[in-house]
Amino acid sequence: MTHVSQQTPVFLGTPPFPKAARTALGNTQLRANLANATATIRAKRSRAVGELDQWPQLRAAGAAIKDDALLNLDRYLQQLEDSLTSRGVKVHWARDADAACQIVARVAKAHGAIDVVKVKSMATQEIGLNEALAEHGIAAWETDLAELIVQLGEDLPSHILVPAIHRNRTEIRDIFVAAMGAAGRAAPEGLTDDPAALAEAARLHLREKFLSAKVAVSGANFAVADSGTLVIVESEGNGRMCLTLPEVLISVVGIEKVVPTWRDLDVFFQTLPRSATGERMNPYTSTWSGVTPGDGPQEMHVILLDNGRSRALADEVGRQALRCIRCSACLNVCPVYERTGGHAYGSVYPGPIGAILNPLLAGPGTSKQVDSLPYASTLCGACFEACPVLIDIPSVLVDLRSQVVDANRGPSAMATSMRAVSWAMGGPRRWGFARALAAGGARVVSSLRLSRVLGLMPGLAGAWLRGRNLPSPRGSSVRSWWKRRSRGER
Amino acid sequence: MAMKVAVMVTCINDALYPGTGKAVVRVLSELGVDLDVPTAQTCCGQPMINSGYMDQAVPVVRAFASAFEGYDAIVTPSASCAGSVRHQHSLVARRSEDPKLAAAIQGLSPRVYELSEFLTDVLGVEDVGASFPHRVAYHRTCHATRMIHSDDRAARLLRAVRGIELVEPEGADQCCGFGGTFAVGNADVSIAMGTDKVRAVQATQAHVLVAADNSCLMHIGGMLSRERDGMRVMHLAEILAAREPVT
Ligand code: SF4
Repeated sequence: MTHVSQQTPVFLGTPPFPKAARTALGNTQLRANLANATATIRAKRSRAVGELDQWPQLRAAGAAIKDDALLNLDRYLQQLEDSLTSRGVKVHWARDADAACQIVARVAKAHGAIDVVKVKSMATQEIGLNEALAEHGIAAWETDLAELIVQLGEDLPSHILVPAIHRNRTEIRDIFVAAMGAAGRAAPEGLTDDPAALAEAARLHLREKFLSAKVAVSGANFAVADSGTLVIVESEGNGRMCLTLPEVLISVVGIEKVVPTWRDLDVFFQTLPRSATGERMNPYTSTWSGVTPGDGPQEMHVILLDNGRSRALADEVGRQALRCIRCSACLNVCPVYERTGGHAYGSVYPGPIGAILNPLLAGPGTSKQVDSLPYASTLCGACFEACPVLIDIPSVLVDLRSQVVDANRGPSAMATSMRAVSWAMGGPRRWGFARALAAGGARVVSSLRLSRVLGLMPGLAGAWLRGRNLPSPRGSSVRSWWKRRSRGER
Repeated sequence: MAMKVAVMVTCINDALYPGTGKAVVRVLSELGVDLDVPTAQTCCGQPMINSGYMDQAVPVVRAFASAFEGYDAIVTPSASCAGSVRHQHSLVARRSEDPKLAAAIQGLSPRVYELSEFLTDVLGVEDVGASFPHRVAYHRTCHATRMIHSDDRAARLLRAVRGIELVEPEGADQCCGFGGTFAVGNADVSIAMGTDKVRAVQATQAHVLVAADNSCLMHIGGMLSRERDGMRVMHLAEILAAREPVT
């Protein structure tokens, strides 16, 4: 089994979720930016999804295609390698982040490249490729607008699709003015925060990079086994530039991105854009099947990345997370994500999918931070309802919680109270006693107005009372009332 | 009616909201249901299951199975607990490696109904004869809406109450932030979510907040009470049991 680091390298040092969330909640600008942005995408998505009567069938079809791919992964990956190789692509296998980064660096160095242009890619974020290349003296330039904002701002991504969702346009203007010059072409004089002006500044800045780069790095949304095709869907056209202009193209592809046949794309081309940006169709869809002489990159590499995926695949309940097509719908509908933003999850995969994927890739019990993620949810079910490939995120969360508990068998406030409650509830007599105690306690706390004082105390009761009073139970217990009532007394 | 029906009070109601359990008994008795409140009942086990303490859930689920054995229908005033029995008890039984418990759970699960499901689907009743002349805000709750899909049934029952002025807060599908142990383990986020829910509820200018789950109401109501807001929180069963004169 591969051993993987517990966190994305760039996020190292993020505290467990409740603590990181507390810091995020204190940032009012962040909360305002997020509430606006997620509300807008949510509304667009539900309009786009509502248009399709066959939405439930499309979700089921997407899940079935992915399940077939995952349950026969060995076969489809072999087929993918064969069809890619026969089309002139060099296929590499990478067990973990380190191995993948080394391969990219080796290929880039072989071409004497000191910089590479990048198509937005979660896999390369996951393995910390930019940082690894920097150690080899190679600069990796992000060309997706939001990734560019994050990179120039020396920031961390906080959303899968819109990594700079936590920034508003004034902040973006300031970042461009301050940082573009050092990275290449400077921002135009007197740049305003008008969206069109910001986009034009990015266009001019990036054009230089596209025209000079010899090597491009991409991920892939899908890798089609039968035709040996890689697919990228995007909105800005920067991907198209990276995939066609440079001489060398290196694609880092998670092994779960494989789909059996070209026809399968039909389903995902309908569900992905509607779930992701609320559009019927995404503006740019690029597909390429190997090298075409005289046209586009003449040397192509595909790195098939494991990095914990076979660990996740072995998890009976959790393996459905590998169906994920990274649409971000679950983030946009999540009430927890909406309030904390993505950084609190300590990974390039935030939100509900991050809360299951990170522990599945790393393994429960690897760190307090990873173990805190399955608890970062109220189990409200909004994510499951939105997911275009039917990932039952709440059920996976609950299962992962049990794995976290099993991996950490030690004393804790929660473990002690759960054992006590379990003992009390295992038998009616014990429960009758505990019930009376709980009711009496609540009555005392609420009648003495002790709530505020107790709220300052640590522990479970203190956490409840920090912002909420307890009810004050009125009347006799149901069971004694029922006994009297069934004897004919009222 | 030949059907033998048991009321599953739930632990939260038993300890903190005894009025809800009694209201369920009143509503069902008035409709002529042959009832029992098994005194051996404790809890459905959801607090342990959702916190990851599966081994600790086993004795609780075992107690559930033995308390409710032999009844034709088990009615509970909680969408969340009904959902837990339906979707989670089989997992606990599997964990116990006890085939007898697994068989008992398999037999029991389909006979568990949330109150509004039992009234509308089994008894075919929407008007239970209640009257409650107040402005009432209805909170749908996540588990009623997304786990067992009973939220519209409760709405229909409420609309049939005489004199009621039923309103829904903005963002009805948004979670209130309770989430069981989430409320204490992630108290800051829980309270932030609850604050937004409280604002939406207050904006309705209702005098009463109703839901089919007291766990959510404990959270929202606890925040309302901390703000000294006079709004009352009531369980669906209590409104269905109300017989206030309508002028
Ligand atoms: S889990 Fe589902 S909703 Fe979330 S990003 Fe993946 S595919 Fe989209």
